[in-house]
Amino acid sequence: MELPDRVLTTGPDGPRLVGGYSATSGRHHFPARSRCPWSGALDVQVVELPPSGVVRWATTVTAAPPGYHGPVPYGLGVVRLDEVDVEAGGLDVLARLPADIVGGAAVALATVALPAGDVGELVTWEFR
Amino acid sequence: MSRAGSVITGVGLHPFGRFGDMTAAVMGAMAVDAALADAGRPHFTAAFCGTAYGGVAAGHRVLGELALTGGPIIDVEAGCASGGAALQLGAMAIASGDHDCVLVFGIEKMPKGVIRSSFFAPWQEVAGLTPAPATFALRALRFMERTGVTEADLAALVVKNRAAGVHNPDAMFRAEVTAEAVLASRRVCDPLRLWMLCSPNEGAAAVVLQRADLVADRRAVDVAAVAVRSHVPGDVLGEDSPLSGYEDPDRLPPSRVAATEAYEGAGVGPGDLDVVECQDTDAARELLVWEELGLCPPGGQPAILADGAFGPGGRLPVNPSGGLLSKGEPLGASALGQVVEVVRQLRGEAGPRQVGDGGRGPQVGLAHVIGRGANACVTILCRRKTMVQ
Repeated sequence: MELPDRVLTTGPDGPRLVGGYSATSGRHHFPARSRCPWSGALDVQVVELPPSGVVRWATTVTAAPPGYHGPVPYGLGVVRLDEVDVEAGGLDVLARLPADIVGGAAVALATVALPAGDVGELVTWEFR
Repeated sequence: MSRAGSVITGVGLHPFGRFGDMTAAVMGAMAVDAALADAGRPHFTAAFCGTAYGGVAAGHRVLGELALTGGPIIDVEAGCASGGAALQLGAMAIASGDHDCVLVFGIEKMPKGVIRSSFFAPWQEVAGLTPAPATFALRALRFMERTGVTEADLAALVVKNRAAGVHNPDAMFRAEVTAEAVLASRRVCDPLRLWMLCSPNEGAAAVVLQRADLVADRRAVDVAAVAVRSHVPGDVLGEDSPLSGYEDPDRLPPSRVAATEAYEGAGVGPGDLDVVECQDTDAARELLVWEELGLCPPGGQPAILADGAFGPGGRLPVNPSGGLLSKGEPLGASALGQVVEVVRQLRGEAGPRQVGDGGRGPQVGLAHVIGRGANACVTILCRRKTMVQ
């Protein structure tokens, strides 16, 4: 199994989330879409997002949800990315996190390989 | 928002719980039959069925059990607000003049365990990004950070609703709980413990709508307003479950917008309400809804919990049915289950759960649901001839 296009990329500087920027809305979004989800505009530029941020809120998932074959417990939370849309209020992304991490922690983007049942594994993103 | 002009003349409910091999269609048929009997078995010319997991032709299967097919049967999916959206369509059908009597019902037979939704792509499930309790927990954390509400307050909310559910024979959980027991229940997703979360389950509810000017029955309840609203994009923890978002203090949540529309349409305000049934998928959700419906200021929740104002016997009982925390949540039936409760309260037929104010009885009730989509629905019902001018 693979992530869809324009979600995650890995280059010489490490993994990067693939987002979009629209001049119409003046904001970024993730993952990159053909239309800006905030304005509906078609002027989306595909960009790589900063690989670090701060945890805003985090919880711990204690039981495997439907369709998930990976380890539990694991963390899930909201990360405010560094240096994105700062004047407009920042960009928050939903992300896997270490279990029991707390709000305010500084985190960096990483990749993780998760079992995907009968279709091998999925390499996806998390913050640590 | 649908215009006024309809009344509810009959209500019916299949209890909420787990019922083995009983199908959603059979449960629905029982609720529909009870509602039609309650209304005196009028002839209806359209039917609207709210369901999120019922599948193709869910409404047809219900009415097929009763040999009542033949007219238009429209299935409506709006997440937890499916029944509310179906009610709005029913009221609109009557307001249009095309129908004098319609049937509205909601059914659901939820799979056990954490809710799985076709809303998500398979890769999102494999990546672990989809668990509903985790999203509830993150919203709770944000809410608690903003308002100062504590885990003890969440437990107190559960105590309130479970105490009310003791008197509801249609509820799944009918035992009181203590705050200590709530806080000691299994950790699901911090700060939410097991007993702070409702249980997805099975059930059905039905109402009969008729043109108000053709009904003289004083037991009929005015549908003063039904407002359904979706979300404005951008909230990373919104019910549209995005992967990114941003803060915007001017962005109003769909529940607040739906409530404003409903209050304006009904010509009432929060201070005119006598009884409320609202979304309590988790304890923090109900406390947030209190703000969104204008029932209390931000941060006012702890004081209200402490003085019991929204509990049984309080000045404004909220979730006298016991809420979803007592009843469980069959998505398609949830909103109409609230409407059935409010109708019974307004009629004075709620038995030991009856809300009263020393003789006059409740005059204005509100039902609220919010669910994935996002879909928020606020319904305001009034005893006949008591609309606030």
